[in-house]
Amino acid sequence: MSARNLLWDAAKKCFAIGLIGITVRDRYVSIAAVRGASMSPSLNPLVDEASSSRRPISDDYVFVEKFCLEKYGFSHGDVVIFTSPTDHKERHIKRIIGLPGDWVGISHIDDVIRVPEGHCWVEGDNLASSFDSRSLGPIPLGLVRGRVTHVVWPPSRIGRVERKIGHQSVHSY
Amino acid sequence: MSLITARWMSIAKEAVDRAAIVARFLCLLHVADTYLCSPTLVYGPSMFPTINITGDILIAERVSHRLGKVGPGDVVLVKSPVNPRKTLTKRIIGVEGDRIIFQVDPVNSDRCQRVVVPKGHVWIQGDNTYASNDSRHFGPIPRGLIQGKVLCRVWPPEGFGSLSH
Repeated sequence: MSARNLLWDAAKKCFAIGLIGITVRDRYVSIAAVRGASMSPSLNPLVDEASSSRRPISDDYVFVEKFCLEKYGFSHGDVVIFTSPTDHKERHIKRIIGLPGDWVGISHIDDVIRVPEGHCWVEGDNLASSFDSRSLGPIPLGLVRGRVTHVVWPPSRIGRVERKIGHQSVHSY
Repeated sequence: MSLITARWMSIAKEAVDRAAIVARFLCLLHVADTYLCSPTLVYGPSMFPTINITGDILIAERVSHRLGKVGPGDVVLVKSPVNPRKTLTKRIIGVEGDRIIFQVDPVNSDRCQRVVVPKGHVWIQGDNTYASNDSRHFGPIPRGLIQGKVLCRVWPPEGFGSLSH
């Protein structure tokens, strides 16, 4: 077999692997990096709340599953990754607090809002430094790109991401 | 005995090879469908007369919305903010920062309302003002919901061509 044939074979293999990789990433599972401390302590935990440096030690990498997108069957407390409504190139990771039809209480202005049809209410676990539905309003479910299930890196933090029911009362309508 | 095993082995090997070819083909289809272009069947009264009520087949390209290159006048496929499993076909009227004046209820009254489209959002409307469920009802939508831009119509054949005004 000539060198040219070998090269051609290798190129074909790379192409096939790329295709399969992209398909799996789009439809089934993917890995995402978490930036910032808005989901502390579930993701990127801060070492010391009072310390002068308020940056987490290292970024967590999380496992994202996309099977939930077929039926959009989310439940309260799921951690999801979604495209930012203000910038379509950015992704955010937050926790679902309210689903369509729920009444959600907003702590800092003492108001109650009804989540509209096809939307959800998301908030970070670290309410002090999180940019979420409290300023953006309800997020359309169509922007959700997957559900975060596990932390896969760094090794010391490998484990499930727990589903937590929120700190505030949610009333189903 | 060994002959039979060898035969089974060769059958299994061939089955795996065939499956790999099918899998590769499906993956190629998926990638072409999500990143290049795909045919879409569109029906309903909301885009009449640009799109027929009975259903047209359009070719939608999936590149420009990723690069942020969709603007006023483009017909786009959008995930409905009310029901994420539905896809709508509408025309972009305004992008972020634009002032939009629209009739709230064109059938019964002349009352107008004005809004400014917020950052990262677009204002979409159907060409048939009287029978369209669009931004006049659910407000501006985030760019992240745009799924593709319609290039041209391919079916019915007499309507072949672009959809611009």
